[in-house]
Amino acid sequence: MKVTEPNTSTVMPETSPPSLKLWQHNHILDLDNFTKDEIELVFETSNAMKEVLKREIKKVPTLRGKTLATLFCEPSTRTRASFELAAKNLSADVINLDAIKSSVIKGESLIDTLRTLQAMGADIIVIRHSQSGAPYLAARHLNVSIINAGDGWHAHPTQALLDLYTIHHHLGQLNGLKVVIIGDIMHSRVAHSNIWGMSIMGAEVILCAPASLLPYGLNDFITNCHLPPITVEPKLDIALKGADAIMPLRLQKERQQTNLLPSLREYIQLYQLNQERLSLAKSHALVLHPGPVNEGIEIAPEVAYGAQSVIEEQVTNGLAIRMALLYLIVGGKR
Amino acid sequence: MLLISGGHLIDPSQGLNKVGDLLVTEDKISWIGDKGTAPVQQGFSILDASRMVVCPGFIDLHSHLREPGFEDKETIATGTQAAARGGFATICCMANTEPPIDTRAVVDYVKTKARVAGLVRVLPIGCITKGRKGEELAEMAELAEAGVVAFSDDGDPVINSSLMRHALEYSRVFSLPIIDHCEDRTLSQDGVINEGWVSTRLGLKGIPAASEEAMVARDLALAQLTGAKLHIAHATTEGSVELIRHAKEKGVSVTAEVTPHHLTLTEERVIGNQLIPKTYHLSATAYDANAKVNPPLRTKKDIAALIKGLKEGIIDAIATDHAPHTLADKMCEFDLAAFGISGLETAFGCLMSLVHNGELDLVTLISKLTFEPARIVRNKYEELGSLKIGSPADITLFDPDEEWIVDSNNFASKGKNTPFNGCQFKGKVMATIASGKIVYQDNLIKVKGN
Repeated sequence: MKVTEPNTSTVMPETSPPSLKLWQHNHILDLDNFTKDEIELVFETSNAMKEVLKREIKKVPTLRGKTLATLFCEPSTRTRASFELAAKNLSADVINLDAIKSSVIKGESLIDTLRTLQAMGADIIVIRHSQSGAPYLAARHLNVSIINAGDGWHAHPTQALLDLYTIHHHLGQLNGLKVVIIGDIMHSRVAHSNIWGMSIMGAEVILCAPASLLPYGLNDFITNCHLPPITVEPKLDIALKGADAIMPLRLQKERQQTNLLPSLREYIQLYQLNQERLSLAKSHALVLHPGPVNEGIEIAPEVAYGAQSVIEEQVTNGLAIRMALLYLIVGGKR
Repeated sequence: MLLISGGHLIDPSQGLNKVGDLLVTEDKISWIGDKGTAPVQQGFSILDASRMVVCPGFIDLHSHLREPGFEDKETIATGTQAAARGGFATICCMANTEPPIDTRAVVDYVKTKARVAGLVRVLPIGCITKGRKGEELAEMAELAEAGVVAFSDDGDPVINSSLMRHALEYSRVFSLPIIDHCEDRTLSQDGVINEGWVSTRLGLKGIPAASEEAMVARDLALAQLTGAKLHIAHATTEGSVELIRHAKEKGVSVTAEVTPHHLTLTEERVIGNQLIPKTYHLSATAYDANAKVNPPLRTKKDIAALIKGLKEGIIDAIATDHAPHTLADKMCEFDLAAFGISGLETAFGCLMSLVHNGELDLVTLISKLTFEPARIVRNKYEELGSLKIGSPADITLFDPDEEWIVDSNNFASKGKNTPFNGCQFKGKVMATIASGKIVYQDNLIKVKGN
């Protein structure tokens, strides 16, 4: 891929443009193929984008004439809105396809739908799909850039990047931090991408869940993927000791129906992050949540809205991260 | 009449392993002996088999020919062409057609089609239950009389244990085996690959080894209870091999098969094409639905146990589980893609890799493709899987050292769904003779008149 410096003068007049020479990615499928330097480049670019977001007119012409298509094959309001706004702030045209309502019912195949979007001139397709691997299928068969906005249980790279960015912003670094992820790790694409991201950035990951919600073959997974050791601690009180950041995951209520849990009551008793438990972590510990929050289940409301919560800030940072990624993908192609 | 001259004759049914000549008269083997001593007469065709191995035609216990019902995936004509290319002179076709093979009419349809359009011998397998629904026994006596060689609801396990017990009991009258696809569906649920680190890596729902082993254990207990013949389809796990070993030691009447893909590929194949150098991050080739098969590809440890099981006679036969699908069936989200591998044309090439790696000896391999499967579906009238004089002239010729590259575009099968596409194999089928007719010959093979 030919990489040259784009004209960034209109994008970031008040900060120096980060070097695009590092950037290798045509697609954002997961964080597994990112380096530490690349993630730091995303952070730097996001800083510049946050500056844009503070302006009175939050719009720059960077992606003028480019088309971003979103294809959401699973319900989502936040992630889609975030991508749409990110693209619009960069002056791209946006088409939204709600595949839950349209093509799936008509029996149209995913590849056919994607090829139609490509034929309409989409430069970047953002895809959310309930089945793991769908963005890889798209990348294999299409010539446009694909951004994974969440696929099945597999990955949610933009969410993990905004989580990393939020922690980095508050604590100044990620290296050496202790990050506790609580709950339904097995079915969580957010947890999976965060495991990659945290590991690449040198943070220690502690997974806290009952064995029925932990992924199978975790040790072999870590060995075969050359990841640093990951601690599994089923007892929340022990897991939280000395934590720098805590991420309770959304608990899908159907987990109880499939017998992965006896009851929500027991889950709340064992795994809810409440104020008392939060006090076991470091005093500066941040509370993150990928949203939407089940208040009173995985997290107590006083913690979700408490002083240590950065949940709302994650949303703003998500917008900056997605602007940065769109900028880097298009910039990287020039 | 045909003289096959100077080939390396290997026939485990009679302990034959030497260079020699073989004569085919009409549809039977009429003479076998030392090189140059055949009673050749005018009018014989001569096939020079020097450098080649000549063995009984391969027998596949487990093929899906898809006809009637799914002719877009495969027909009896294309499926038997694929078999001929793969060295198979006999294939047993599974009952999961539409309508399924649960009445005499469907058995007759398949046999008629095979007679008219089929290149190789087709032995139908009948359903265990009506409509393969697992609710009521099919009319097994009628099916047996119509000529099925075994009973199976393959594709689905027989979930109801009591029904399975009665199927085994009833089958004793005809002395035909019951073939079970062993899967505890409450454990496998909607799993799509082996449960383990790869399923975690890809975020796909896993199928635990215990799903197969729980059902194998049940079936073995029922086979012991009833004294009937049980055949375990596509065994894939170390645990299954151990269970079958234990049952055989107790004298339970059980046989088992393993597929070429479960002997040569692991779950890691789903991460991406093995031809591309492996990295620990996923590329766009990840989630390759051509490696989606049920039971799923397992682990290195399982492969080692399966090979050991083959050598020790715990696993009796190698069967392809040839499962052709259309492009659309596979070119979709991994979870939605059909299970199955189009296996007839790659089976021998991939199995020879085990021989060249020193993991399996050639005679054992041939035995598992000829004599052993013939023992399981013993034909009432003829001795299959043998080069003995008087046997049907079903003969496979292969060059153990010929190298070739798999190109699914050249498959005779309609199913191009193979995880081996682009693989280089050493060992190639050069000709297949079924009932005395040359049904496949490689371009390098020349048959001369006398």
